[in-house]
Parts: sequence; structure tokens; C-alpha cells
Amino acid sequence: MALHLDHIHVQAGDFTLAADLRLHAGSRTAIIGASGSGKSTLLDVIAGFRAPTQGRVRWHDHDLTAQPPAKRPISILFQDTNLFPHLTIGENLALALNPRTGRVSAEERARIDDVLARVGLAGFAPRRMSDMSGGQQSRAALARVLVQDRPVLLLDEPFSALGPALKTEMLDLVMEIANASGMTVLLVTHDPAEARRFAPQIVVVEQGKAWPPTETGPLLDNPPTGLRAYLGS
Amino acid sequence: MATRAFAIIAALTVAGLVIGPVTAVILRAEAFSGFTPADGQALRFTLVQATLSAALSVLFAIPLARALARRQFPGRGVLVALLGAPFILPVIVAVLGLIAVFGQTGLLNRALAPLGLPEMQIYGLHGVLIAHVFFNLPLATRLILQGWLAVPAEQFRLAATLGLGPRAVWSSIEAPMLMRIVPGAFAVIFVICLSSFAVALTLGGGPRATTLELAIYQSMRFDFDLARAAALGLVQLGLALTAGLIALKITSVPVAARGLDRVVPRWDGQGALSKGLDTMWISLAAAFLLTPLAMVALSGLAGIPTLGASVWQAAGHSITVALGSTLLCLLWALPLATRWGEWLGLAGIALSPLVLGIGLFLIVRPFANPFDLALYVTATVNAFVSLPFVLRILRPEAEAIRADYTRLRAALGLSGWAWLRWVFLPRLKRPLGFAAGLTAALSMGDLGVIALFADPDRATLPLKVFQLMGAYRMEQAAGAALLLLILSLGLFWALDRGGRVGSAS
Repeated sequence: MALHLDHIHVQAGDFTLAADLRLHAGSRTAIIGASGSGKSTLLDVIAGFRAPTQGRVRWHDHDLTAQPPAKRPISILFQDTNLFPHLTIGENLALALNPRTGRVSAEERARIDDVLARVGLAGFAPRRMSDMSGGQQSRAALARVLVQDRPVLLLDEPFSALGPALKTEMLDLVMEIANASGMTVLLVTHDPAEARRFAPQIVVVEQGKAWPPTETGPLLDNPPTGLRAYLGS
Repeated sequence: MATRAFAIIAALTVAGLVIGPVTAVILRAEAFSGFTPADGQALRFTLVQATLSAALSVLFAIPLARALARRQFPGRGVLVALLGAPFILPVIVAVLGLIAVFGQTGLLNRALAPLGLPEMQIYGLHGVLIAHVFFNLPLATRLILQGWLAVPAEQFRLAATLGLGPRAVWSSIEAPMLMRIVPGAFAVIFVICLSSFAVALTLGGGPRATTLELAIYQSMRFDFDLARAAALGLVQLGLALTAGLIALKITSVPVAARGLDRVVPRWDGQGALSKGLDTMWISLAAAFLLTPLAMVALSGLAGIPTLGASVWQAAGHSITVALGSTLLCLLWALPLATRWGEWLGLAGIALSPLVLGIGLFLIVRPFANPFDLALYVTATVNAFVSLPFVLRILRPEAEAIRADYTRLRAALGLSGWAWLRWVFLPRLKRPLGFAAGLTAALSMGDLGVIALFADPDRATLPLKVFQLMGAYRMEQAAGAALLLLILSLGLFWALDRGGRVGSAS
């Protein structure tokens, strides 16, 4: 049971990225690397926003390589724009639940209410983002991911608009929920402290290559040369 | 996929509407066999009046824009907003107002008579010029005002610290800015006046004041000489296309100007003379633009109760045509609100409505009586003519929506319908309302292709006003014109307002 990146190769002009990874179901992995190293490209290949030049993305025995993002067992929390600001939170979650029509049954509505309660936003369904604080907006974005109910969660430098304390609180909540439901989590981050706190294993992306996952603590205690310059240590 | 299919269908319809009628016109033109010396005269007049109209509009716009750029006064905001109004003002309404001011028994002649000065004539070249300046002075002023307001405030501060006099400020700051803006403004107005039909129809005419468009109309309407009409249409097409491409090349000014409501602080021009001159230009322009409309409103109020059933029927036709062409234009514009779609839509500027009308007439004739289809053809042509403006309004917002939400849409897997219903249309509501208002008002006031086709049973309101003027029933004409003005502005207001209420953006 794992997310496989089999001999992935991405080529775009001068840019190349190679990855051959296996991430066990239920694992939590940080992805770290300098800007332009290919972290986001790696995430895009997994999410389905970008097709690899070679190689395959697999979840267990299912080949996802040709699947569009919405058909993959993956939900993603973007840096920003996780919800449509002109819709209420309830309408946003309804669209995530039923992307063909945006209409939901009474049963599905109850599920939306349940998810909102889980992220601490009980009764927020009729509210719009503009009526909510930054922390509440992040919780709503998380609710959107939860309502999709998929086994893999990609976090692309999430909650970067929040202050440090609130950001940690939100990531704690994400990890608590992910743990409870056995989700496989990939967290792209710039922050080594964040990687230590949330991810037992880490993938370093540098100079067009994603290295196989290794234990976070020892790696950050004694980073390889390329990463050392980036971390400033 | 469905979105792309709609875009392809819309593009093919628009392209077909260009290629079909133009081909029909070319085939029918018979190698210019019907071209007469009078047509050469029409070509000359078209070029002369467009050159003079553009030159005068820009010439008067320079001091007016400068006065507006550096003076703050009560009502400035309203005046600047009104400078946008002629765009949606029905030509026939303005013409009626201008006749009331500059016509034989107009205000000006009544003022001149006691002074023993010669009477002013509105019909002919100078009438055409007055009307074109009335419509285009505001446009030129807005374009040039934008240039003035784009001059960094630091330049005027620097000029003040250096103690530069008005002449030095002019040569070092203002003249270079005008050199950049004025050619584009001139070109845009030249192109607009090149295809002027309604003004030439009402104030021109006769061998010495006939534009190509008017000659097309006359050869259709009076001689029913299709070969000549087509040959003239071909010349008009070549002319408009050439001028349009040149204008596109040298114009960098955007159509929708923003931020014209502020005044750049200036330290020069504080003397009594420049203050006096600025006041004079602003007062003259306000009087020139507002008096004709006030005259229409005044004389129209008395005329409205006298309006017969045929006028109300024409008003009904106009509203139907306006709403129909608005719907059609938006159906085209929504899938075409992209870069290449906007290029396609530019055909709506290059192709004159009359040429399009002749082409459609030639295509339809073997199958049906074109006169029966007058209102449908008018609605289609009006939608086509508005398309470039609507695309210019919608495209920036449409592209921003696509750019902002493409990934979220893909991550959620929204269907085409859900995207349209929940995201695209709600977020586009405000510019959509504005674009719909503009199209409806333009279509409502149009006196172009309908004049070619219509019989009395199918007249629209602008045509009815024209017919009433032709029959010297001026009171009824004024009443119908006021009704037209109210309906045009009312439609614009209602649709624009509809877009703003509960708007997402």
C-alpha cells in the first residue's frame, strides 16, 4: 500500500526533474528544497497538473499517470485560492462534494455540517470568506479537503498567509485529522522546523533530482552540502 | 471540452458573418462597372470630413483636457462622467438637439439675427463636422485627459522647484505627452468618422456632402443598384480596414479609462489668464455638449403626448431588437473572451454595418424577402458591431477568473455547467451587466442597417424619428427622440445596475 513515483522524469527546456520514490500509505513526508529546485513540479506531477515526460504515478496498483486531477485519490491544499470567495462555505463544500451540479442531498448536507464541526466551524455554512478571519478561512479550506475524503493529501506551502502561531495550530489540526483517518500526507515547505514537527521523513529536491525519503531529524542535523547552503547552516 | 466547442461554434458564426457577406459583396461588385464620378466625390468627401472631424475634435480636446486635468470645481466628476455618455447616445437624438441649437430656426441663429450676422446653416459639411465633433470631442478629451493624468506628479513638482514657466512646462512635459497620445486619438476618431452613416444621412446629403456609406444607402434605397452598392461597399471595406489597421498600430490607449476623477496637483497655470482660459474652455464644452440634449428634453416633453401608435410600435420593435442583439452578442462574447477571440471581434470595427447589411441582403434574397427579415438582420448586425467593445470589457475579467481558478477547478473536477453556473458567470456579473447595457443602448439607438431594409411596418424608433423629421413633424420627432433617449439610457442603466447588484467581483 503506497504512493509510487516510478522513474519519473520531467523535461521542460533547461529544467529537468527526476524522481523515483515510494511513500507508504499513512506516512507523512516533507518535501524541501531551494526555490526553482522542482518541489512544486513534483507536487504538480503527483496531483496531475503536469504530465511527466517519462515514468508513472501509481497508488497501490492503480496507474494514475493519465488521470486528471479530480479523478485521482488525492486532494490538495494550495498556497491560496482554495475556495471560491463569492460562494458561501456551504456552496463551496457542495461543489467539492458534487462537482457536476453543485447541488447536494439532505444526507450530503449533514456530512458538510459534520466536516465543518470537525474543523471548528460549526454553523459557518452560510458564511462567505469575506466575513471570516484568516484562521477561519484556513479551516474552511481544510474542510473542503476533508469533504472530498481522499486518502492522499498534498499541502503546497499551506497557510503561508497566517502568522507563525496560527500556522502551527492549523498544521497541528491537519496532522491530527490526517492521523485519525490514516491519510498519506506530503507537505512542501521552506521551513526546517515545520518539517521536523510534522514529518517523520523528508524528501530533498535539489539540482533536478528528488532524493529518496530519509529520516527528517538526522538529515536536518547533518544536511548534505547543497541543502546546507539553502538552510544557511 | 464543452467550453471549447462553444468557442469554436461562436468563432465560426462570427467568421461566417464576416466572410459570407463580404464574399457576396465582392462577387456582386462586378469589377466596379457601376462606379461613377459621383462615387469618387463620395470617397473624397468621406476622407475630407473624417480628417477634419478628427482634427477639430483633437484640437478642441487638448485645452479642454488640460483644463479638466488641472482644475477642481463642483460638478467636475459629473462632467467627466458625461464625457462617456455620447458613446451610448442615439445619433438621431443628438442630431435633433444640434438642429435645435445650430439649425435655421435654432438658438444660435435667433441670437445672431438681432446682431445682423449672417444665418448659420447646419446641413452640409459643417453640420456633419459639428455632429462629429459633438460625438468625438468627449472621446478625444477622455483619451487626452488620461494622458495628462498619467504624467507622474513628480514631474510637475520638479517643474515647480525649478521655477519653470508655462511655456517651459508645455515644451518639457505636456508637448511630449501629447505627441504620444494625439496620433492615436486622431486615428481612432478618423476611423469612427470614416464609417459615419447616420450623421451623413441626417445632416449631409446632396452631391457635395455624401459619404461612401450614404452613397451605399442611396444606391440601394433609391436606385436599387446592387452592383454599385456592392462596389461602394468594397471601397468602404478597403478604406476602413486600412485605416483600422493603421489606427490599431499607433493607438496604445485603452478604451475603458479609469481614475479620471482625480486632479494632478500643479504649481504652474495659477495666473488669472490661464484660470480664465480654462474656465472658458470648460464652460464652452459643457454648453456645447449639454444644450442640444436640454433642447431635446424640453421640446420632447411637449411632443410625447402627441405620439401616435406607430411610434409606440417602433419603440416595441427597438426594445425587442436591442434585447435580441444583446443576448446574441453575449452568447458570442462569453466563449470568445480570449486573446484570439478579441482579434476576431475586431472585424466588428473594420466591417461597416452597411456593407454587412448589403452582403446579408444579397445572401438572403434568393431564399426570402429581405425586407421581412429587417429586424432580425438589424439585431444580428448590431450584435456584431458591439462585439469588439463587449470583448474589450469582458476579456480582462474573464482571463483573470480563468487564471485564478484553473487549478482549483481541476482539483475539484467541476463540470462545464457547474463552472459556468457557480464560478464564471457570478464572478463576471459586473462587467457582463455593463457590457449588456452598452450593447442594448447601442442597438437601441442604431440608425444604420435598418434604414436599408425597413418598411414602415418594421421601423425601429430611430428610423421613426428620422421619418418624422423628414416629414417636418418636428414636435413629434422631438417627442419620439426623447422617448428614444429615455429608453436607451434606461436600458443601459437597468442592465448595468443588474450586474452590480449582488456582484461577486
